[in-house]
Amino acid sequence: MFELNLSDWQILLVKLGLVLAIVPAITLVAGYAEHKVMAHLQHRLGPMYPGGFHGWATLLADGLKFIYKEDIIPAAADRKVFSLAPLAIFVPTVLTVLVLPLDETLVVEELDLGLFYLLAVSSISTIGMLMAGWSSSNKYALIGALRAAAQLIAYELPIVLSAAVAAMLAGTLSLNGIVEAQEWPFVLWPPGIGLIAFLVFFGAGVAELTRPPFDMPVAESEIITGAFTEYSGMRFIFSTFFPEVANMVIISGVATTLFLGGYQPIVPLGFLDAVPGLVWFTLKTAFMVFMLLWIRPTFPRLREDQLQKFAWKFLIPTSLVLILAAGAWVLYAPEGLK
Amino acid sequence: MDVARTEENIRLPDEVAQEVAEGRLQTEQMVLNVGPQHPATHGVFRLLATIDGEVLVDAEPVIGYMHRGYEKLVEARDYRQITNLVSRMDWLSGINNEMPLALAVETLMELEVPPRAQYLRVVLLEMNRILNHLMFFASFAAELGAITPTFYAFREREDIQAAMEMATGGRMHFGYMRPGGLKEDVPKGFFDQALFGVRQVMDRIDDYYNLIIGNEIYKQRTIGVGVLDKELAYNYGVSGPIARGSNIDFDVRKDEPYLAYADFDFEVPVGLNGDCFDRFWVLLHEVYESARIVEQAIEGMPSGPILGKVPRVIQAPEGEVYVRCENPLGELGMYLVSDGDRRPYRLKIRTPSYNNVSVLPVVLRNTFVSDMIAILGSFFFVLGDIDR
Repeated sequence: MFELNLSDWQILLVKLGLVLAIVPAITLVAGYAEHKVMAHLQHRLGPMYPGGFHGWATLLADGLKFIYKEDIIPAAADRKVFSLAPLAIFVPTVLTVLVLPLDETLVVEELDLGLFYLLAVSSISTIGMLMAGWSSSNKYALIGALRAAAQLIAYELPIVLSAAVAAMLAGTLSLNGIVEAQEWPFVLWPPGIGLIAFLVFFGAGVAELTRPPFDMPVAESEIITGAFTEYSGMRFIFSTFFPEVANMVIISGVATTLFLGGYQPIVPLGFLDAVPGLVWFTLKTAFMVFMLLWIRPTFPRLREDQLQKFAWKFLIPTSLVLILAAGAWVLYAPEGLK
Repeated sequence: MDVARTEENIRLPDEVAQEVAEGRLQTEQMVLNVGPQHPATHGVFRLLATIDGEVLVDAEPVIGYMHRGYEKLVEARDYRQITNLVSRMDWLSGINNEMPLALAVETLMELEVPPRAQYLRVVLLEMNRILNHLMFFASFAAELGAITPTFYAFREREDIQAAMEMATGGRMHFGYMRPGGLKEDVPKGFFDQALFGVRQVMDRIDDYYNLIIGNEIYKQRTIGVGVLDKELAYNYGVSGPIARGSNIDFDVRKDEPYLAYADFDFEVPVGLNGDCFDRFWVLLHEVYESARIVEQAIEGMPSGPILGKVPRVIQAPEGEVYVRCENPLGELGMYLVSDGDRRPYRLKIRTPSYNNVSVLPVVLRNTFVSDMIAILGSFFFVLGDIDR
């Protein structure tokens, strides 16, 4: 039997290569889904021509177009910061994928502090937004960047607090551990607590993605494209489209892991075990992505102050109460119910 | 467009804290140049907005980027040519622009307009009003961040547009009015297509309600935003759906009926508070009322000629007349002075958007940047109508 002997750094390289190949691929699929789902919700067909079959190659063509575009840096811009900003947004996005367990063993790096790492890394992109807005030397970009910073900080809290609920219920910060603890997914059991925590997480997640109805930082009818008004070509793709769509999938994946039972079957029935974990994970994530896509053509946009109120006066108090409730559940619930 | 990044602007955190404690911390105002190329201004409208953070301290509309000198151009053209010229003022409601001109010439020449022409005119005018209102339904929602209504509105517009095209051959600039009647009779199948179009709109207006007006976020964005007082609206000569949103119950079609409008049963929707919500509510209701008028007019359509006894060369006798009509966006008035020539001596045009926009600086003061977009969207103006 042929045996593969790889040193640690070789394994690391292979994993890195896989991540760097899979993340853009998933982004393309999700981006195409966004085009098509939105189109059909709006009585139109969406892209039909590129590639032949229902315009499957639209995004490839789009990407190619953006590669050929002139890369413009405004004369008054801070060149270094301006060029680095897309990286500061793009790299954390890829880094978050490292700890997501797609299946029991299908995870790039199983960290004991997986959840902590995930939340810490994903909040770096705020800095990128600020960098982009400030260095562009454009008033719309500045307004957009400040909106983005205020919004991302406000919604980081409910995300962390509701994720903490999942961690408390599971008794671990390891993402694999959290999934293993969900024989019944948290969204179903413990009753109420998990469901509300899931909804808080989902709502704050939409805001964190700066997608409608929380898309004020990039509100195209108000401030053009917010912090990225001056970006063009590949920098534009790597600072807006790519992170937005990739983050959409990642947030869905995180929600799946924390509340929907990750790679476990949705309900613990024996015959469902026959379905591989990867399929469960993909199905649940796809469902979450679809929900996100559904929201976009349905709702108008909130105003910045209303958004802040929603975070500070509603989501954060709710998640604080949830933490109390989860603590009480963990401590006092009878063994049979857990 | 340079954001101040000088040395004196960089302050240490404890200094800032001290300043706040002593009440010395001051924010700086910045001038935001909205337009002439901005997605929310649908045209070359420019707004010099002085903002303090997200609050609009002052706003100054700058217009005139699209001035084409129509009032001078018409003095060198005969009435048939002017019809096609004024059609291009407000490009969303072409045939409504042609109406007051035809009425003015008819009044001066004392021409009789046959009943069928009057009814057909009403049908076309009201269908054009629906087209215009649906367009603003789409754009206002888009400015609030809802992208779907655009596609819904254009789906319905298309069927009515097809009917207009059958009759006039045009989709935007119709050139169908003639002093004394219409250019020609409508073709076979026109009435079926028109009825199909307006009935479809009437059926689907509930969807629009549920999608936009019933939406909680939409209510939060519009109720109490951009309030235009009744008094203020009077003082600035605001008219149309915007004035009616501010509780001014005035519609030229109802209060000074021209054409055959007196024959039809329709209501004039009036808002209570004059905020963005009311203006949009009035707009959507007018779509329904217009559809009702079209239905009634087609059902009661008389037969007969579509052009009265008109001389070969249209020459208005010496005199002057002021005619006003209810354009989709407000009151469109034309003051025609003739010296007996084939051309007008002077044609003063009072366009609705011009007066409506003039009240913007007052309404926009002390609002948020996001509200500014909502208010601009709810003022339903067409650039060509402002600058003409």
